Amino acid sequence: MIKTLFEYLQYPFVQKALIVGVLIALCSALLGVTLVLKRFSFIGDGLSHVAFGAMAIATVLNLVDNMVIILPITVLCAVLLLRTGQNTKIKGDAAVAMISVGALAFGYLIMNVFSTSSNLSGDVCSTLFGSQSILTLSASDVWICISLSVAVILFFVFFYNKIFAVTFDESFSKASGIRVGVYNTLIAITTAVIIVLAMNLVGSLLISALIIFPSLSAMRVCKSFKMVTVMSAVLSVICAMTGLIVSILAGTPVGSTIVAADAAAFAVCLVIGRIKA
Amino acid sequence: MPLITVSDLTLGYESKIIIRNLSFKVERGDYLYIVGENGSGKTTLIKTLLKLQPPVSGKIEYEDGLTRKGIGYLPQQSNIQKDFPATVWEIVLSGRQKKRGLRPFYSSEDRKVANECIRRMELESLIKSSYRDLSGGQQQRVLLARALCTEGDLLILDEPVSGLDPVIMEEMYALVESLNRDGITVVMISHDIAAATRYASHIIHIGEKLFFGTRDEYLNSDTSKWSSAK
Ligand SMILES: Nc1ncnc2c1ncn2[C@@H]1O[C@H](COP(=O)(O)OP(=O)(O)OP(=O)(O)O)[C@@H](O)[C@H]1O
Ligand SMILES: [Mg+2]
Repeated sequence: MIKTLFEYLQYPFVQKALIVGVLIALCSALLGVTLVLKRFSFIGDGLSHVAFGAMAIATVLNLVDNMVIILPITVLCAVLLLRTGQNTKIKGDAAVAMISVGALAFGYLIMNVFSTSSNLSGDVCSTLFGSQSILTLSASDVWICISLSVAVILFFVFFYNKIFAVTFDESFSKASGIRVGVYNTLIAITTAVIIVLAMNLVGSLLISALIIFPSLSAMRVCKSFKMVTVMSAVLSVICAMTGLIVSILAGTPVGSTIVAADAAAFAVCLVIGRIKA
Repeated sequence: MPLITVSDLTLGYESKIIIRNLSFKVERGDYLYIVGENGSGKTTLIKTLLKLQPPVSGKIEYEDGLTRKGIGYLPQQSNIQKDFPATVWEIVLSGRQKKRGLRPFYSSEDRKVANECIRRMELESLIKSSYRDLSGGQQQRVLLARALCTEGDLLILDEPVSGLDPVIMEEMYALVESLNRDGITVVMISHDIAAATRYASHIIHIGEKLFFGTRDEYLNSDTSKWSSAK
């Protein structure tokens, strides 16, 4: 078993998958803490469906580089969702549900009507639940992922104290002169970027798991914001690695295996949290 | 010059007017209580003072020093915060944001001030505890320490004693009063008219009739007789 594993690790496609997997897991966990605490995790869920719709458009248009479409659409929707979330007239959660279900239906519809592919349901299934596409990454995919991840991580490190302040108490932050609207928008845009990246890894239906599980697990056992952030990043990376390796060795679907690992970690943290308390 | 001069202020949301033609002054060293029923617009008033939302009409003037140094603020607690995983230290330190500007990390000066505020609020033993594990009274003391960290001359407190039991409430009142005696101007929202008539130097009563004046004026006014009769 160990021997096969090392054999696999020699292959460039496995190395690429691991690099990308670890980076995405790290970014989504970092942001997940803020999203969960700000009660914004539903926006992540809605956005993943939007990304699916955008992906469908890109597929139908037969684009070589589908990022050109998916990224702008998702970022735009992220900003819109954030705005409506703060609007008291349309209920924020209802708006998100509307957009996300709409995007899902629209995506499937246009794929059905326009797709030239012979294996339509296979295509849809792999965009929803993740395919082996993580194992067929091109060098440029990897570089895009690395640069976007580095940008996300830098944003997070550099603005860590501001993000904490805005997450804990918007009114106080506003009163002390932090431009809360700007940070909320930045957080929404970063979320969109991460979701688009993560679609390759786990598919659009399972992305929220990547964002929510690690931070919820960390919150069971850690007391400080800093430790919650660090712990959720570490957990997420470990789960992604475990999931990837298991799926390569056992031939299970990548996305579901990673999410299963995250869920298992959550169960362990839940028990530890109970014992501590 | 007074710290804050408010003239003819009208507040509201969209077309709904909540407070009409309110004028008052906050002088250095004052202890101003804002009392009134739920939904009468107390929070709206101080949010306007903090420039968190624009007034419908009217004018608010600030003393120069006040604008520069900032105002310490204790917001009405939201449910999000009650189970927030952050330590007392992290929260109090975040009160230094005003001094940070765009610089991303805290300086040793920031840490020193945060430590002093924690000592002042008698929170040393809880410094590493998680906010969500604290009692309501301790949580309020943490938020008060954070507001103190601003090192401004003015503290604005939105219902710092709501939900506390009478003993803890008295402790909180004593703490705030000691801060006021040290020269910090305090504006405090409260439902507790008895406390207002005990501690305040000035009182604003928001209701069907607006009242602004000193405590003694309030005690002799119709507003107070009307509300105590109720
Ligand atoms: N963002 C908002 N948009 C529209 N109306 C609002 C908004 N916030 C508050 N209101 C309304 O303004 C009125 C005053 O609210 P405010 O929060 O200032 O009252 P309050 O005196 O602080 O009440 P409480 O004692 O319950 O804290 C209420 O009728 C409320 O419904
Ligand atoms: Mg209020």
